[in-house]
Amino acid sequence: MEYANPWQRIMRWVTTTNHKDIGTLYLMLSLVMLFIGGGMALIIRGELFMPGQQFIDPSFYNQMITLHGLIMVFGVIMPAFVGLANWQIPMMIGAPDMALPRMNNWSFWILPFAFTILISTLFMNGPAPNFGWTFYAPLSTTYGPPSTDFFIFAVHLMGLSSIMGAINIIATILNLRAPGMRMMKLPIFVWSWLITAFLLIAVMPVLAGAVTMMLTDRHFGTSFFNAAGGGDPLLFQHIFWFFGHPEVYIMILPAFGVVSQIIPTFSRKKLFGYGSMVAAIAVIAFLSFLVWAHHMFVSGISLGAELFFMYSTMLIAVPTGVKVFNWVTTMFRGSLSFETPMLFAVGFVVLFTIGGLSGLMLSIVPADFQYHDTYFVVAHFHYVLVPGALFGILAGVYFWIPKWTGHMYNEAMGKWHFWLSVIGVNVTFFPMHFLGLAGMPRRVPDYALQFTDFNMVATVGAVIFGFSQLLFLVNIIKTIRGGKPATDEVWEGAEGLEWTIPSPAPYHTFQTPPEVR
Amino acid sequence: MAMNKTRRTAIIFSSIAVLMFGFGFALVPLYNVFCDVTGLNGKITGSSSALINNEVDRSRNITVQFIATGNENLPWDFYPVIKEIKIHPGEMSRVEYFAQNNSDKDMVVQAIPSITPGSAAKFLKKTECFCFTQQVLKKGASMRMPVLFYLDNDLDQNINTITLSYTLFDLTEKQGESHDKP
Repeated sequence: MEYANPWQRIMRWVTTTNHKDIGTLYLMLSLVMLFIGGGMALIIRGELFMPGQQFIDPSFYNQMITLHGLIMVFGVIMPAFVGLANWQIPMMIGAPDMALPRMNNWSFWILPFAFTILISTLFMNGPAPNFGWTFYAPLSTTYGPPSTDFFIFAVHLMGLSSIMGAINIIATILNLRAPGMRMMKLPIFVWSWLITAFLLIAVMPVLAGAVTMMLTDRHFGTSFFNAAGGGDPLLFQHIFWFFGHPEVYIMILPAFGVVSQIIPTFSRKKLFGYGSMVAAIAVIAFLSFLVWAHHMFVSGISLGAELFFMYSTMLIAVPTGVKVFNWVTTMFRGSLSFETPMLFAVGFVVLFTIGGLSGLMLSIVPADFQYHDTYFVVAHFHYVLVPGALFGILAGVYFWIPKWTGHMYNEAMGKWHFWLSVIGVNVTFFPMHFLGLAGMPRRVPDYALQFTDFNMVATVGAVIFGFSQLLFLVNIIKTIRGGKPATDEVWEGAEGLEWTIPSPAPYHTFQTPPEVR
Repeated sequence: MAMNKTRRTAIIFSSIAVLMFGFGFALVPLYNVFCDVTGLNGKITGSSSALINNEVDRSRNITVQFIATGNENLPWDFYPVIKEIKIHPGEMSRVEYFAQNNSDKDMVVQAIPSITPGSAAKFLKKTECFCFTQQVLKKGASMRMPVLFYLDNDLDQNINTITLSYTLFDLTEKQGESHDKP
């Protein structure tokens, strides 16, 4: 496009209501945040390379783990999936755009401000938020630093953005499907996002409520979480995890969707068990509301509650197992090829399953008493979030970027990126299982001598993993700028409406709805 | 036509979001109701129970232990005068806690009770307690604070020992604000 002056070029992005532009903005924000959050992770791992204090003090360490968690969850994984949804959902269901384009613009443009506010706390007098991403009361209320109020406001903004994004996605999927695109014909990525959007609408307001209670506890004399005034600090944990557990599925269900698109494409087969896939996502989403107290087994809840939450948590393994089974069965006797998206998808299936199984171990109450708050938990959730959610996103970007830019990415560099990432991830996080079982607590800037070796290994892995993401950065910048032209179909086995339009996808697509047979 | 449908969807789901925001706050009373009904958490209501003329059940002896904690290095001496008593269900008992303000300023505190096992909480009835109101102590002053209570006859047969714990919270700085009862 031609611009008269740079101002127009900027305002085009600020005022855009085009789903493809907004998708790009979301993905770019996520990419920037990935490197900020990743830098923090490297600071953490650097400090943990050896026992004793290396180069940051414990207070700064606490700020790093807090901001690393918040940025990775709210700034990387969630916006990246919303970006993929913005790009892909209208193209996959044959819609001209999202149903509420102006709200779409707004829900994105809130986010840069939210993260500016959040990150600015690092440069304020006094510490940035230092209570962990779970911000348990009273650590975040009575003892929270003054910057906590900026954190609260930032979380409000992120919540608002997510809720608006979710409403938009639901409205698009329910109302703008092309004629003939019945619900049970929807691509599985669209299904996974529809259910994720329901989860977002159900739990983000609860998070907003929790931070609002924090705010009034801190400044307006209420006592929601203050025992002295008749409140209860444990209540915070219940409210937080009522949000927090569905939140972890918000971060993984769209990845399930992406992988379920990629595996059939590169197996040149139909997805095995489409109906059971949809059902499994719905069941996981439903169960996610009934398991929150498994984060609180050691908080003194009653035996009955422990049993209930243990069994309900274990139950989630059933639909998750169905999904893994379906992915494997889709590949079984398929005509497989291993381009980068497929490599990341297969890596996802294998490594996410490891994370899922350690989750199953954590669900066992007596075992959890041992594992709670150790590095075993850190290993578990990094396995589901890094080679889980993040690999899902990377796979999706490699899969669809030829359609977005009209250029093929550099396959050799993509493969290098995959292999370095998969090695880096495992070298980083696998030793953490052993550290946790040996009793190393999480959220500590220093540790006992016997944990040194595994921590050194983990730090080496983190450096490999972190720097290999630069390959990804270089690769996508080069793909945006040029490269081998992509065909309309892009992938040999690709099926779906998005592959019927030209590459790169024109600025406006499906202005007359396609007919779906 | 499509626009109307979209608007309807947007309105419906925005309302759900608003409702869920309300639900977050509704979790607060729900949580307390849940604790009351199930007796989990050892939470007890801060108000006094009416004195009922219970029949004293002399066949059972229940040990009641008393614990005192000052929150956050509260510069007070705070302890039960008697560490434990043996009583029969239905029998009225009076115990005292001793408190002394060792700081160099006048202080206001609130005692928050908790009962173990949690299921005993609703059977321990207090007719008078220093935890019903905020307590004020001038610097260096001390006092004995009474608790009058009895155990309901319906107390679970398996329970032979009950622990009553009080934690003192410093409210001196919040004094200006209203805190009538826990």
